[in-house]
Amino acid sequence: MSGVSATLRAIFEPGFFSSGPVRVAVLVGGVVALVSAVVGVFTVIRGQSFAGHSLGDLGTTGGSGAFLVGANPLWGFVAFTVVGAAVMELLGIRRPRGRDLATGVVLGAGLGIAALFLYLGTVQSNTSGATITILFGSMFVIRSSLIPVFVVLGASALAIVGLLYRPLLLSTVSADIATARGVPVRMVGIGYLLAMAIAVSLSCVTIGAVLSTAVLIGPAASALRLTKRPGLAIAVAALIGVAVTWLGILLAYDSYYWPPARRGWPVSFFVVTLVFVVYLLADLASRRTGRKGARRAQQALAPGDDATVGRAPRGAG
Amino acid sequence: MIDVSPVSGSGEEILALEGVSLWLSGREILHEVGFSLHAGELTGLIGSNGAGKTTIFRVILGLEAPSAGSVLFAGRPRSRRNGFIGYVPQSVAVDPDVPLRTRDLVGLGIDGDRFGIPLRQRGRRQLVDDMLEAVGARAFADSRVGNLSGGELQRTLIAHALISRPRLLLLDEPLANLDIRSEQEVVALLARIAEQQRIAVLIAAHEMNPLLPVMDRVVYVAAGRAASGSTEEVVREDVLSALYGHHVDVLHLKDRILVVAGKDEGHHPDPGKDQAVVPRGRR
Repeated sequence: MSGVSATLRAIFEPGFFSSGPVRVAVLVGGVVALVSAVVGVFTVIRGQSFAGHSLGDLGTTGGSGAFLVGANPLWGFVAFTVVGAAVMELLGIRRPRGRDLATGVVLGAGLGIAALFLYLGTVQSNTSGATITILFGSMFVIRSSLIPVFVVLGASALAIVGLLYRPLLLSTVSADIATARGVPVRMVGIGYLLAMAIAVSLSCVTIGAVLSTAVLIGPAASALRLTKRPGLAIAVAALIGVAVTWLGILLAYDSYYWPPARRGWPVSFFVVTLVFVVYLLADLASRRTGRKGARRAQQALAPGDDATVGRAPRGAG
Repeated sequence: MIDVSPVSGSGEEILALEGVSLWLSGREILHEVGFSLHAGELTGLIGSNGAGKTTIFRVILGLEAPSAGSVLFAGRPRSRRNGFIGYVPQSVAVDPDVPLRTRDLVGLGIDGDRFGIPLRQRGRRQLVDDMLEAVGARAFADSRVGNLSGGELQRTLIAHALISRPRLLLLDEPLANLDIRSEQEVVALLARIAEQQRIAVLIAAHEMNPLLPVMDRVVYVAAGRAASGSTEEVVREDVLSALYGHHVDVLHLKDRILVVAGKDEGHHPDPGKDQAVVPRGRR
C-alpha cells in the first residue's frame, strides 16, 4: 500500500492537484485538445494541413499585436485566424496549386509583421517572455476568467463540425458527387475553415502559435492510422489529444524539480513530443496490421486465380 | 443535331434532351444535342476526350444551364433536387487515410447530403447490406475505401448512387483504369441493374467496344454534336462522317467496331483518334 502511494507521490509531485494554474491548465488544455483533435480529423482527410499551419502563423501576428496594445493575446489570435481563413478562401485555398503560392506570400507578410510587433513588445517591456508565450504558448499563465470564453468558442467549433459532418465526409470522397447531390460544397468548405480557425486560435494560446499544427493534426493522423470508421476516428483522436495534453501538463509540473534550473520545462515541449511519440507508435501498429492484412488477402487470392496469369496485373486503380 | 430515327423505346421515357446548346466563355461547347433515355435501357454516351460527354452530364445534373433547348425529366422540367439522378463521376481517388469503409460510403448515399450528426436508424444496416449484395461488394464491405481496387471502388460508387433509388444512373468513364476482368464484371452489373431495377443507365465512355454487348442505344458525341439511335443506325460511315465533319471509316472486326479517320483531302487532325486504337486484347 505504501509502495503504491510512494509511486503516486513520485508521479504526481506535491501540490499538483491543489495548484490553481494546474487546474486551469487541465481544464482549458483539455477543452482545446478535444476541439483541435476533432476538427483536425477533417483537416487531415481534406489535405488542409498547410492551411491549418498557415492559420497558426497568422495567429502569431494577431497575438503579438494584441500583446503590444495591451489586450489578451487570445483576442488577437481569434481575430487574425478568422480573418486569415477568410482571406485564404478568397485567394482560393481550395485550389491545390493556387493556395500554396498565395498563402505562402500572405504568411510571409504576416510573420514579418509579427516579428516587428514582438520586437516592439520586447523593447517596451524589456523582457522576451511575451515572445516565448506567443510562439510556444503557456498553459500555466491562462487567466481563469477566460475559461468560459474557451468553452464557448470550443463548443461552437464542435457544433460546426457536427453540423457539417456528413457533407464534409461526402465532399472529401468526391466534390463532384457532393455537388451533384445538391451539397453547397463551397459553403461547407468555408464553414469548416471557420471551425479550423477557431480551433487553431485556441491552441495558439495553450500550445503556442508555432506548435498549434501539432495538436491539430497529430492526434488526428494517429487516430486515422488506427481506425477506419469515421465516428471512431474522431473519438480516438479526441482521446489521444486530451491524454497527451494532460500527461504533458503533469510532466511539466513535475519538471519543476528537474535540472538544470529547477524552474520547470515548457509544457508545449512535452505535449508536442508526446504527440510525436504517439504518432510513431500508431504508424508502427498500422504497418504491422497492414502487413497481416496483405498476407490474408494474398492467401485468399492464391487458389484458383489462374485466370489472371499472363494478363495485365489486376486491380491497378 | 443529326436526325436518326429513334429506336422503339422499351420503357417509359425518363429523360429527354431537346436541342440543347451550350456556350461557355464565347465557345459553343454543345450544339443542338438531343436524345432520350428510357427505363430499363442502357445507353452509351460515346466520344473521344473533350467531345462534350462530361458537359452533357453537367447539363443533366443541372450544374450548367443550357443556352438553348430543354432538359425534361419524365416529360417535365427539372425539379429543384437531384434525388432523381444517381451519379458516379470520373476518376474518384480516395486517400487511404480517409476513415470510411465501403459500407460507410454506401450509407452516405442515403443521407450524405444532410446536415447534422446521423442518428441510428432502424433498417439502415439491412438496406446497406442489401445494396452491397446487389453489386457484389459484400466481400470488401468492411475494407477502407482508400484501399479498394479500381473495380471494387467502382462497385462501391455504383451502390452509393443506387441506394437512394434514382430513376436515372449516370456514370462518367466507369471503365477507365479497370483491368479487363473488372471491366467485364462492371459492364454486366450495369446491364443487370438497368434491366432489374427498371432505371435508365447512361454510361460515358471513349471506348465503345466493352459496351457493345449490352448497349441498347448509343449517343455518339463529336465536337459538341451528337447522334443517337441503335448502334447499327449511328455507328455508320455516313452518320459519323457528318458528325465529325470529316470522313471516317467504320471497320467491323469480328464483334468489335473501330472508328478511324479515313482518307480525306482535308488537313483536319484525326477526329476519331481515340477510337483508332485497337482495343485491348480480349479472349
